[in-house]
Amino acid sequence: MIDPVLGSRLQFALTTIVHIIFPVMSMGLAPFLVYFTWKDIRTGEPIYEQLRRFWTRIFAVSFVVGTVTGIVLEFEFGTNFAAFSTTAGELFGGPLALEGMMAFMLEATFLGVFVFGRERVGNALYMVSAVAVGLGTWLSAVWILIANSWMQTPRGYELTTANGHTIVELVDPVAAYANPRFPWMFVHMQNAAVESVALFMAGVGAYFVFRHHVWEYPVENVAFWEATLKFGLVALLVTAPLQVLHGDLYARHIVETQPQKFAAMEAVWETDSYVPEYIVAFPTSLDQLLDPRAKEIFGIGIPGGASWLASGGDPQATIKGLEEFDGKQPPVAIVFWSFRMMVGLGFWFVLLAVWGGYRWWSGELLEDDLLHKALMLSTPLGIIAVELGWIVTEVGRQPWVIQDVLRTTDGVSPGLTAGEATATLVGFAVVYLGLLALYTYVVVRIVRAGPPDGDDLATRDTPERPASEVSVDD
Amino acid sequence: MTDPAALATEPLFGLPLADLWFGLVFFILAMFLFLDGFDFGVGALFATREDDDERERLLAAIGPFWDGNEVWLVVFGGALFAAFPSVYANLFSRHYLLMFAILGALIVRGLAPEMYEQRHDDGWQRWWGRAFVVGSLTAPFFLGIFIANWVTGATSIVTLPALVVGLAVVALTVVDGVAFLRLKTRGDLRDDLRTDGYRALGAYLVLVVAALGSVYAAEPALRSALLSAPVLALVLATLALAGAYAAATRADRYYVAFGAAAGLVFALVGIVAGLMYPSIDRATGLTVEAAIVSTLQLNLMSIGAAVLLPLVFVYFAVLYTAFSGPIEAGESY
Repeated sequence: MIDPVLGSRLQFALTTIVHIIFPVMSMGLAPFLVYFTWKDIRTGEPIYEQLRRFWTRIFAVSFVVGTVTGIVLEFEFGTNFAAFSTTAGELFGGPLALEGMMAFMLEATFLGVFVFGRERVGNALYMVSAVAVGLGTWLSAVWILIANSWMQTPRGYELTTANGHTIVELVDPVAAYANPRFPWMFVHMQNAAVESVALFMAGVGAYFVFRHHVWEYPVENVAFWEATLKFGLVALLVTAPLQVLHGDLYARHIVETQPQKFAAMEAVWETDSYVPEYIVAFPTSLDQLLDPRAKEIFGIGIPGGASWLASGGDPQATIKGLEEFDGKQPPVAIVFWSFRMMVGLGFWFVLLAVWGGYRWWSGELLEDDLLHKALMLSTPLGIIAVELGWIVTEVGRQPWVIQDVLRTTDGVSPGLTAGEATATLVGFAVVYLGLLALYTYVVVRIVRAGPPDGDDLATRDTPERPASEVSVDD
Repeated sequence: MTDPAALATEPLFGLPLADLWFGLVFFILAMFLFLDGFDFGVGALFATREDDDERERLLAAIGPFWDGNEVWLVVFGGALFAAFPSVYANLFSRHYLLMFAILGALIVRGLAPEMYEQRHDDGWQRWWGRAFVVGSLTAPFFLGIFIANWVTGATSIVTLPALVVGLAVVALTVVDGVAFLRLKTRGDLRDDLRTDGYRALGAYLVLVVAALGSVYAAEPALRSALLSAPVLALVLATLALAGAYAAATRADRYYVAFGAAAGLVFALVGIVAGLMYPSIDRATGLTVEAAIVSTLQLNLMSIGAAVLLPLVFVYFAVLYTAFSGPIEAGESY
């Protein structure tokens, strides 16, 4: 039997980590789908219809799995974090309700038109539905991140008492909801979503281009896969450098607003100046391997690097150490390594973008087998970088669920028993890992089936053609 | 309401906002039970159809709609959380395992139609077809138990009134599903469904009477609310709507029957709200006025809802207009 507090935290972590994959796919695909739909309607070229229909299938599956996993998250605030919901509900519930009414409704209703309605509605309404679906996915992120950013940098509230509970009461809506953290999170998240899908498209496209051009194993619809690879690369060229530049500025914002999180990201225990930026760091003594306070370490670091990063250019700058903060530290090793791996992946994506862009420019994009292999291996890495980023954001904020206001341990439902927490944790572990496997299986199947073929496209205007967009075998 | 500073102290236009949000929360719940209710009903009726073509038509009927329908549950959770956070927290944590049963059922039900269409071989479709049926039966059943426990203040999962209400909600979704499918199908299938509709309606009426009777017997504290004028009026309205549903089904007046099915759902949720008010949570005794959020937040939420909910109805009008009328031959999910 697991402790209800730990069980609730693990359960929330597990369900969030799995859930976030699907909205990332939806949010990242949205601008591509809007563009493909626009080109399909304007030019009538079959390639754009193929692109639209193929990626709509992936979008539709992502949306369905994202919906069923997302409802769980909304309800978990009530079931597992009732004390948090009671305390913060006044500020936190509003954005969730508005997300449902403003964003999710828009996305879900127009998705019906977008997926099933190509033959039923006119071009203008069809285009509107594509934009509405895309707008809905992005507006969802707006509201969720407004709620989350308030937990990171709470503003615009007062602590009061209601029905015997201490609660936060909204006093300044602009300060609370136009939160200083929100723009940083939103840009970083949306860019990461497009970057993840760009990597996914480039990787999948590279696989078929590689089979066709390098292995000379004939692939149907090779023009479709070449286009997919190129669209992925273009998006990667835009998003990858932006993510690194933006991430650097975002880190400085964290230094200012959540110094404890930054200290955990850099594993700085004692306040110091000229702090090195460690690329790797291991204790030299095996006894200290599990000791997060290990002093005798072997590290490869850039002298003054962390100070330089924190201050925006001064290697002598002082960084406040973890020991200066009251209360417990976050699990430093998790935050430290997640941050390093995320940043490392970010630079790898820039390299991939430049490499692919250069080969394209020099006319060798279809032949560079090493590039194709690198892209294939990188297919899921954008999503993994997003996961690591969220681990830094959420674990780095511990022990606070609302920074400096409410501790995570005080947010858990008071009446929750160990038996209940264990039962649902095990249940969700099984169901969510099953969902992840099922989603992967279905997406791989859709990719292997490829785009709708030419014969299918030729009959697009006859009434016999099924209106389906999501069925693989039609 | 001309002075923005007054937003923090005065209810918008002097309206009784706490009561309006109580009504809104139950209105949203009724929208969910009506709209996703017919999806559940279609899922239950799926079990009665052996023919592959007929099964495809059932899936095609709800295909474009069910995503949007299910969002009403998310909005229900969000509205309850936003307006009555302590009720949301207490209610959901109190029904811990039941909430997870509901979520599990919704996961299975939500995945099944999408997965059913991913592969066209018998084994795969047989299993996802079963998942669709099981999810569509258990989700409304557990939701009914949740609603009954909310009204009676029960914390355990199994009470007699709760079981009866759970079954009643399942029967109601089948009534609802039949009404929807008779709009969306033609020929033999449409004719066959008429009988299913009568049976489900009969079962629903019996179960509603049994539920009200068992609540009367088991919950003395609810007796006066049960005999209050609004609740009695809604019980009578249920009988009248059931009569209208049966007559419209007999006369093939599809839209009237569909409207009557909607009325039945709203009447049921109205009875629930009527039994509860002015409390919003029997178990804690919190009243609507005591559980509501601060005036400033409530005013902002009300402005948001007043702008957004009409827009939502526009989206639904676009969707249901684009896909109105029976499924055409060859049209599939």
